[in-house]
Amino acid sequence: MRTVLQALNEAMHEAMTRDERVLFMGEDVLDPYGGAFKFSKGLSTKFPDRVLTTPISEAALVGIASGLALRGMRPVVEIMFGDFLTLTFDQLLNHACKYRWMYNDQVRVPIVVRTPMGGRRGYGPTHSQSIEKHFLGIPGLRVVAPNALGDPKELLIHAILSDDDPTLFIEHKLLYMSRIGQVQQAGRLEVTQCNSALAYPIVLARVAGVSKYDITIATYGYMADIVLDAVWRLAMEQEIFAEVIVPTCLSPLDASPILNSVKNTGRLLTVEEGTATLGWGSEVLSLVTEGNLKNISFAFARVGAWDLPIPSSRPLENAVLPSVQNIIDVTMKLVAQ
Amino acid sequence: MCDSNTTRLIQEMLRIRLFEERVLDEFSKGSLSGTTHTCIGQEADAVGVIGALQRSDIVFSNHRGHGHYLAHGGSMHALAAELMGRRTGASGGLGGSQHMHFPGFYSNGIQGGIVPCAVGMALAEKRKKSGVIVAVFLGDGTFGEGVVYESFNIAALWNVPVLFVVENNRYAQSTPLSANLSGDFGLRFKAFNIAVDELDTTDVIAIRTAAEPIVASVRDLGRPRALVLHTYRFAPHSKGDDVRDPAEIEHYRQFDPIVLMRARISNEEYDEALDAARDEISKTFGQAAMDPWPDPAALLNAREELLKPCVPSYKL
Repeated sequence: MRTVLQALNEAMHEAMTRDERVLFMGEDVLDPYGGAFKFSKGLSTKFPDRVLTTPISEAALVGIASGLALRGMRPVVEIMFGDFLTLTFDQLLNHACKYRWMYNDQVRVPIVVRTPMGGRRGYGPTHSQSIEKHFLGIPGLRVVAPNALGDPKELLIHAILSDDDPTLFIEHKLLYMSRIGQVQQAGRLEVTQCNSALAYPIVLARVAGVSKYDITIATYGYMADIVLDAVWRLAMEQEIFAEVIVPTCLSPLDASPILNSVKNTGRLLTVEEGTATLGWGSEVLSLVTEGNLKNISFAFARVGAWDLPIPSSRPLENAVLPSVQNIIDVTMKLVAQ
Repeated sequence: MCDSNTTRLIQEMLRIRLFEERVLDEFSKGSLSGTTHTCIGQEADAVGVIGALQRSDIVFSNHRGHGHYLAHGGSMHALAAELMGRRTGASGGLGGSQHMHFPGFYSNGIQGGIVPCAVGMALAEKRKKSGVIVAVFLGDGTFGEGVVYESFNIAALWNVPVLFVVENNRYAQSTPLSANLSGDFGLRFKAFNIAVDELDTTDVIAIRTAAEPIVASVRDLGRPRALVLHTYRFAPHSKGDDVRDPAEIEHYRQFDPIVLMRARISNEEYDEALDAARDEISKTFGQAAMDPWPDPAALLNAREELLKPCVPSYKL
């Protein structure tokens, strides 16, 4: 089984092979180093003219990518740690995501900004965050987060070659080592794709052969791995059965599969690794509530990080970030209501 | 420079001057909404530098961009209509004064943020071997933004054919240069190994004459260069927000680029150019005022477009 990192690396190689307008830029991305998380291994050896190692200038990188894209290229920018995305915020919000619209649809800005997010590696307050919630809801920006339930290679190739709008591609650091399809391989859960009008797929995972599910859990990215561990334990130990819905496009979000599931389960739990306050889960709840035409009442809870910076020490970091046990505990409370 | 060129230069500057004066007039009459930043006094920069470019070159402009837009051949009608928020505007009424586009021209109102984008465009053109270069316009106030220096560094490091044009009109909104900038402009470029020329003049012929070999060098060597123009604006930063000493403004009137050029042509030629510009502007604003407003329903289509699905193959 390939890892997510291998699949993403293959995607980059394939995109550059298929389309010579694709450029890759980032800090420390050249061989033999191949990037801080080894995403670009082999890339500069194969495409020496199209892989650019850059100064530590995240804002300029995204600005340069916009300029390249406005003049016909399809650049991909690596931001070494997701935490550093803050430096690109103006370039994304006021430049890359504005041009198509404010120039009245006369131009396109097909850029992909990809970055490793997340904690659980002891990197401390400024190298462990999941700050994607600050980039959700920006008109014109797609925020995509792959998971290990499907092949992220196709998602990244699509974002680079086929999506003509700016895309922020969020990769969790621990997801890199996840094995694609491991859940299916283990045979514990059935994994299918939901119907959705949006470009990026939404996955449903659940224990097969259950007549009535007790709760809907919405999550994304690496948290899907953690949620599915919790889901299996809930099924085995408590006979509580969950439907887990995992969108790959966080914004704009098609919440209809979540809504449809909640109509049957009557309970909704959202799980994200970032702080839950004003987060992705809050928007999921809003969309489900607004879309809940028959006013079915449902119980709701969020699981996310504490509203604190992420500590470095392992026991402290483990306490702050959402865990399998948190998910089990909150689920049991919701089901008991 | 031959006489016909002299006449053309003053024609171009008068078009910009009268256009901007009309814009301020329309604002004071309440017929325009939003905001604007006119370049009255700085016309020689736009006409001098952009005239040295080819039409296929790229101009990236800022909040004070009407002169750059007109000098690069943009439609005056589309500019007026954009300011009036009409469907026929250069950006369909979505952008307004600071956010304008036609092929080869781009503008955005975020200080300094346009500079990396201009570098990226120049890099794209270099990779395509198109021979196209980019001229990006910065003001003195823009030198407070960090991304500007990131962009200088990368442009020089990667040999990108971009011309950084600095228009130092001595004020960032209401703040004088002395409260904004330590050190000087030229040394900033030199520190990044970017060749820089500085001109303390509002003479369009001097600017054009200086710009031509600079533009040629950017194109031929594929390297960035900088041109710093010390100038002055006579109108407020925006509209009626002027706190400068009137005596200072009066002092600079002797360097008005139009006054300098007027001395070089006959009264008849000048009057002819003035009449032609007045006539064009009057007709343009008259027509734009009759143009249709954009339909808010179109916004719904735009929103759909931004959400448009494009389905990838996805393997579970």
